[in-house]
Amino acid sequence: MIWAGETTLLTVAAGVSLTLVAISLLLGFVRVLRGPSLPDRVMALDMIGLASVSVIVLIALISDQPILMDAAIALALVSFLGTLAFARFIERRERGIDD
Amino acid sequence: MIEVLAAVSMVLGGFFVFVAALGAVRLPDVFMRMHAATKAGTLGAGLVLLAALLVFATTAVTTKALLVFLFLLLTTPVAAHVLGRAAYYDGVALWDRTESDALKGKYDDSLVDASEDDEHAS
Repeated sequence: MIWAGETTLLTVAAGVSLTLVAISLLLGFVRVLRGPSLPDRVMALDMIGLASVSVIVLIALISDQPILMDAAIALALVSFLGTLAFARFIERRERGIDD
Repeated sequence: MIEVLAAVSMVLGGFFVFVAALGAVRLPDVFMRMHAATKAGTLGAGLVLLAALLVFATTAVTTKALLVFLFLLLTTPVAAHVLGRAAYYDGVALWDRTESDALKGKYDDSLVDASEDDEHAS
């Protein structure tokens, strides 16, 4: 896709989609700030990771750079590991197990 | 035709990611928020990936898009389950209008007691 000023169906669709995803990133950060508990924040960060994967793929489409798909793979992986580590931390903290 | 499909898939993907975020902000407790964020979020990201697959239409991008989607499909439910379990252990309050808690008393009480003692001690 070429983003050189011309308006095609795909550029309009990508713009609409990117706007929606940007709003959802903002909403995700609202939940991270408001909490109220740690699992809430971690859940919101996980959702922000999903939205970020969508942002990266949309930017790959808009700028016609298929190489950016690699970044999406890496981000999906890191976001999963982060959530898993946080969940483990929450559970162990609650059980009173010190590692 | 492919362009129309890709455009529709892109907009739908953005919409479902937005629904996921809306659910994560508006629903009343962690478990419901997680339910919205994981399922709608995976569908949204998957639809955006489908759009990329249709637009680029090369072997490399198709493989990567399918790989990311497969990976999301495998990891998101696992992450949500582990996090939900941790949240339940953590004693996060359920919605005040929750009618039944099927897990109540099903977890090992010694663990729960130990954690409560720990809280009193500290």
